[in-house]
Amino acid sequence: MFDFLIHGFDVALTPLNLGLAFLGALLGTLFGALPGIGPINGIAILMPLAYTLGLPAESALILLAGVYTGAEYGGRMSSILLNVPGDAGAVMTTLDGHPLAKKGLAGPALGLSAVSSFVGATIAIIGLTLFAPMLAEVAVMFGPAEFFALMVFAFSSMAVMMGKDPIKTGIGAVLGVMIAMIGVDSGTGVMRYTFGMAELYDGIDFVVMIIGLFAISEILLMLEHANRSDASDEIPPVGRVMVSLKEVLSCKWAMIRSGIIGFIVGVLPGTGASVAGAVTYTTEKRISDKDNTFGTGNMRGLAAPEAGNNASAAGSFVPMLTLGIPGSGTTAVLLGALMLYNITPGPMLFTERPEVAGGLIASLYIGNIVLLALNLPLAGLFAKVLTIPRWVLVPAIAILAFVGVYQLHSDLMAIYLMLVIGIFGYLLRKLGFSLAPVILGYVLGGLMEDNLRRALSISGGDMGILWQSGISIGLWIAAVLLLVLPWLLPKLLPRKSLASA
Amino acid sequence: MKFNSAFLRWSAPLVMGAALMTGNAHAQSDSTECIAPAKPGGGYDLTCRLAANGLQETGLIDKPMMVTYMPGGIGAVAYNHVNGVRNDDPNLIVAASTGAAVNLALGKFGQYDASEVRWLGALGVDYGAIVVKADAPWQSLGDLMEDLKKRPNQIVFGAGGTVGSQDWMKAALTAKAAGISPRKLRYVAFEGGGESLAALLGKHIEVFTGDLSELRPHLESGKVRVLAALSEERVGEPYADIPTAAEQGYDVEWPIWRGYYMGPDVSDKAYNTWETRLEKLADNEQFAKMREARGLFPMARFGDDFDSYVKKQVAQFKQLAKEVGLTQ
Repeated sequence: MFDFLIHGFDVALTPLNLGLAFLGALLGTLFGALPGIGPINGIAILMPLAYTLGLPAESALILLAGVYTGAEYGGRMSSILLNVPGDAGAVMTTLDGHPLAKKGLAGPALGLSAVSSFVGATIAIIGLTLFAPMLAEVAVMFGPAEFFALMVFAFSSMAVMMGKDPIKTGIGAVLGVMIAMIGVDSGTGVMRYTFGMAELYDGIDFVVMIIGLFAISEILLMLEHANRSDASDEIPPVGRVMVSLKEVLSCKWAMIRSGIIGFIVGVLPGTGASVAGAVTYTTEKRISDKDNTFGTGNMRGLAAPEAGNNASAAGSFVPMLTLGIPGSGTTAVLLGALMLYNITPGPMLFTERPEVAGGLIASLYIGNIVLLALNLPLAGLFAKVLTIPRWVLVPAIAILAFVGVYQLHSDLMAIYLMLVIGIFGYLLRKLGFSLAPVILGYVLGGLMEDNLRRALSISGGDMGILWQSGISIGLWIAAVLLLVLPWLLPKLLPRKSLASA
Repeated sequence: MKFNSAFLRWSAPLVMGAALMTGNAHAQSDSTECIAPAKPGGGYDLTCRLAANGLQETGLIDKPMMVTYMPGGIGAVAYNHVNGVRNDDPNLIVAASTGAAVNLALGKFGQYDASEVRWLGALGVDYGAIVVKADAPWQSLGDLMEDLKKRPNQIVFGAGGTVGSQDWMKAALTAKAAGISPRKLRYVAFEGGGESLAALLGKHIEVFTGDLSELRPHLESGKVRVLAALSEERVGEPYADIPTAAEQGYDVEWPIWRGYYMGPDVSDKAYNTWETRLEKLADNEQFAKMREARGLFPMARFGDDFDSYVKKQVAQFKQLAKEVGLTQ
């Protein structure tokens, strides 16, 4: 049964392919670390190169898959060090990653997140190897109604992030949903909130949104503080460089849980690393945040989204390899690459072209080990970024932000839009809003509305479709429990403890 | 210290200025360029790469062609850019397709219409297809149409584009051929063909109006049945067994051409140079293989022939949009 995998390792371990896996991992880490260049762009840049070099199909795929998984590793670096997510999946990583860096624990935070990424990806790759064909059947059972229920579940799990200021969290999430409304309405073809500007027809692009909201507002904050010398503004000391084994072990369940959840989210077509990060973070906060330290630099709050986003990257290969349906934007580009080589993904891939399917999966195993080996020692080096003085750091972030957005859009309007969003983000932060609910409202709200509309067009307006299948009923119950239990449990528990006393 | 704080204050605007200037410098560079008016990975990317790889491998250009992505406004941002900023750039071509013609017909490209640019030529074409799941009750397009007439608002259609997009047009034309108002059709808009196909396999929608090329991976798997190809006549392997809509008695055709346009004020010399280049490319055997690898079928219309083809098509779509109730 695993002949294809053994054959795959034969393919992946040839010197050329091993070198390509290494190159892909390195470039991917770099693409992920640079704000603006995510895995999709990384692959789009390298694909023509691989094709022109005349690499055989499996080698090209190994290179590109290395870039994909590497980017999910790299995205966390600027999240932790600069509070600027390097790509979509790393938004939640800022919440606990950056506070850790501020405490002087940048090195251990980078190390821990590398280990979590490794654990998450490994769980997902094993899942991919064992269950791919079976999971593919389940994934297509998720229709618009089920996705809507999933988004309701995700929103209710967000309730734990309410924290100190539930009203501001709520307002933030609603603002995010409102931003997601901009653009052409898919159900009717009507333009919403575009003010006749063609640039807004497609809505606000994700990269423009996160770079504006996080990077530009961060730059503005830094500039504001530039002439002050508060104690809080001091460059944090770079303490220990290596993460200790004890710290890693304390997060082991967080990593394993998040790896499994992230894998499942990745397998579903239409949800990607950003949703995986959000769901794993909120789940982990609910399960293990006993002393309410999530958001202030809790190691588990860092490990969970990192394990989750890497697992979802590997998970999105399941529908691509078994059904020929891309599970994420990045696998859609990879699918295009396969088509160029005249390879048709699907159930037949494993029998007809075992060197491609097996080689790819084997290279994911190898690439993952390479990435861990690459990222652990680099943690100390990258942690030094924090010692760079502000007058170098601020322009450097600005350059990356501007170049990143421009290379993506080749259009100045995108830059202006990014600046407007940046100022908006800056004002929100000055008013004491957290940015995470805004970005979650934007990502989840858009998906939620689309899928509600789709479900209702399927049923012709009958709301009943939303709770017709077992999957959606299960998700609705879970969502209600999430909201009710925290309120109900304390009422039930004291009686129990009284009884036992 | 003074220098530092001054530097701090001025660095941000300086960097912004620098970034803007690199943007301009980049726009003025001399080698050939193709703008894909979308994000990487979609059909426009493919269209640009087809020209870029083809021209390079057949030696028709010496320097590699740059592919620039300019997403936004379903192609309107690039269209406005070429009309307003780079209106006479002799080295720039922009990818376009039937989808762009639909948007032009619906007036979605703002102040500009189809006669604003110089349509250069098309290098390949894909065709629409009507797809159902393998265990669906309909064996032929006729079965589906009869059923659709009986219960027009019961059968759920889906595709990867919004209402009014070219993906929707395929469903609307199918409804129209059955004598049903497209407005009555139950249509679900997904994001891209992949999601729609997943919804078809999961029985969330019953009919998927997709493209032939994206179905190639699924022909052998036996999970879907292609009821009709929306081409003029049957296309070659591996699609040879798929009947056209016309031979089943329904007048529905939907070619999705993949071509290019240039700025409105480009000189005739530059335009003709490009026209010859593309014509030579289309005749090349190596290129034929590349086109096939990208799932496209042969189409060769260049220069004035193509220009009038697109303009005629846009006029047709305008008429069609009225008939299906999209515009007044």
